[in-house]
Amino acid sequence: MFPIVHARQLSESVFEMGVEAPAIARKARAGQFLILRIDENGERIPLTFSDWSADEGWIRFIFMRVGKTTHQLSHLGVGDSLADVVGPLGVPTHVEGLGRVAVVGGGVGAAVAYPVARAMLAAGNEVTVILGARNASLLILEDEFRALPLTELIITTDDGSAGRKDLVTAPLKELCETGAIDASMAIGPAIMMKFCAATTKAQGVPCVVSLNPIMVDGTGMCGACRVTVGGETKFGCVDGPDFDGHLVDFEELMSRQRVYVDDERLADAEYHRECSCGM
Amino acid sequence: MRDVDENGGPVSAGKPRHKPARIPRTSMPERGAAERARDFDEVTLGYTEEMARAEASRCLQCRNATCIEGCPVNIDIKSFIGGIIDGDYHEAVAILKERNALPAVCGRVCPQEEQCEAACVLAKKGEPVAIGRLERWLGDFDLACELEHRCVPEVGEDTGQRVAVIGSGPAGLACAGELRRFGHAVTIFESLHATGGVLTYGIPEFRLPKHIVQAEVGLLEEMGVEIRCDVVIGATYTIDELMTDEGYDAVFIGNGAGLPMFMGIPGENLNGVYSANEFLTRVNLMRAYEFPTADTPVWRGRKVAVVGGGNVAMDAARTAKRLGAEEVFLVYRRTEDEMPARKEEVHHAREEGIEFKMLCSPAEITGKDGWVTGLVANRMELGEPDESGRRAPVCVMDADFTIDCDTVVMAIGTRANPLLTHTTPDLELSRRGYVVADEDGATSKPGVFAGGDIVTGSATVILAMGAGKRAAHAIDGWLKGAAE
Repeated sequence: MFPIVHARQLSESVFEMGVEAPAIARKARAGQFLILRIDENGERIPLTFSDWSADEGWIRFIFMRVGKTTHQLSHLGVGDSLADVVGPLGVPTHVEGLGRVAVVGGGVGAAVAYPVARAMLAAGNEVTVILGARNASLLILEDEFRALPLTELIITTDDGSAGRKDLVTAPLKELCETGAIDASMAIGPAIMMKFCAATTKAQGVPCVVSLNPIMVDGTGMCGACRVTVGGETKFGCVDGPDFDGHLVDFEELMSRQRVYVDDERLADAEYHRECSCGM
Repeated sequence: MRDVDENGGPVSAGKPRHKPARIPRTSMPERGAAERARDFDEVTLGYTEEMARAEASRCLQCRNATCIEGCPVNIDIKSFIGGIIDGDYHEAVAILKERNALPAVCGRVCPQEEQCEAACVLAKKGEPVAIGRLERWLGDFDLACELEHRCVPEVGEDTGQRVAVIGSGPAGLACAGELRRFGHAVTIFESLHATGGVLTYGIPEFRLPKHIVQAEVGLLEEMGVEIRCDVVIGATYTIDELMTDEGYDAVFIGNGAGLPMFMGIPGENLNGVYSANEFLTRVNLMRAYEFPTADTPVWRGRKVAVVGGGNVAMDAARTAKRLGAEEVFLVYRRTEDEMPARKEEVHHAREEGIEFKMLCSPAEITGKDGWVTGLVANRMELGEPDESGRRAPVCVMDADFTIDCDTVVMAIGTRANPLLTHTTPDLELSRRGYVVADEDGATSKPGVFAGGDIVTGSATVILAMGAGKRAAHAIDGWLKGAAE
């Protein structure tokens, strides 16, 4: 069992959780992920590290409450435990020798952008962060990013309730056009990463994306996370999660992410029916 | 009174002489195809005590028991059957466990017809003693006993040395059990949340109930084997870290060949295409057949095409049937005669209504809106034998026909997972990424041994167990050498 040592609500539907996992904390690197399972009946879900402390032996992740598992997770707190936490999985984000980098974090993607930006800074790069959200209430980790020695922090919201009223691709395009960046990385919903990749490709700026396909074991055993990159099939869990955004088949990724939409709806409905019966 | 039996073997004083019964092989009860194909309960029901005794009575108790040679771990088959004949079941279990820690598992999944039973003298007349069924019966007898009456192999005196075993599948379990008998401290590291490896995620409940696997693994814990799930060697720890920071004196790699293979044909990434590994893991390990009580879903196709001809393909096809598929096709590029699957599994699959499409090689998976709609296949014919000795399929008609289906399961084999080996640069690998090890499991890295599918490529449960046991002996020798 993995004790929960930290739980914080970041917005209406976004939560941060920390668990005691010293062996994983010792090895965690920016861009890597864990797989957790809440209990005996639970599914295995991948979540990318948002933070960790090797000295104190904990790891943290941030999740959005969308389906049954994340609903259950949002109701757990310090003193509760998770049945299983496995990691660190996946290849760490490449952070060395990038020069001037733009890191785009869309929605919950900001959770991954934070350790990535931090690691890139530590490796001596100049880092600009673009944080995007639908509205101000969904914006997360703004204070944490402000505490980093970034070249610039640009905030965009769809409705203008915080920062610029724009999509993340607008400032990204400007940075490319003005020659302000040598490389970029985009972390967020597949559709956002697709447009970041398209924007940077047009400007000839490299763009790494952190993909979030469906997984089961997370160690290369099942192949659920197949993604097509440059015409080749890769496994998101062991070959990724980071790939060259200019080569990723995002349409396929988005299609594959929808395989279990009906099942997820059913599980969620069942869960809420049971919850309301119990009250 | 003579003190030897009819074969000239000694007979202990006072023990009645065994007269082999000349009766037909005792059949094992099983559930009807129509009933069993709707649920995940076990297909075969096992012998009753009467059946076991009747079957044991057929054994000739040959002086030169060839069956023992036929067993990859050389179980003293003659003696354990002798135990059943004498009604001394605890003794029979003890003899069995002398060589095999997982009899209830092996009794179910070993291909006895190619091993011990093929070597039985009675096999010449077509009806060998049902050694596998007797093994299963004894294994189940032991598991049905209260813990204090179960046969837990004796553990050797503590040597003070520690061995890390990577993987809790057949190879790792066999290695760990043996190492405990030698008195070494053993920790098994398992990457998944449950032990058993392929016994748990791969072989379906209806062929090998998971409570049986867990109970036999539980006996290893009784012997003092420590099991740590949720630890991925190559990620959480490297092998070097196990041997330095974590203080292990030797390591056994038994992580299997878990990486699924695909064919590389168009349409393979459509929704509705699974590797057999994913399909079976969702259903077996994650219990998707209990969705939504269990949280993991699986796409339940109405028309399912399973590609392959091995036991895994049979398992996937029969699983699809149980998930409610109206039609399940087994697509194989050779004919039934060349199928590597056990005859018994092929027979069960046919009984359950799996439709065999032989001499078909998939060329493309067609789709609409991202989902599978069909499998286009080439028509094959058998040509000259290839290096496996089986007649090689040759394409005689391109894209000959289409099988309408909404699900395709690729059960065409697995290969080595590089996760562990990539983080151990000084471990010599074969061209295909398998660990190079000698007969005893010794690798190019001192103190590191390997066995099972990660050395040989996909094989059987019992061969992996045999390799695990041999490696345990080599590890014991190596540790003794290191201690001097």
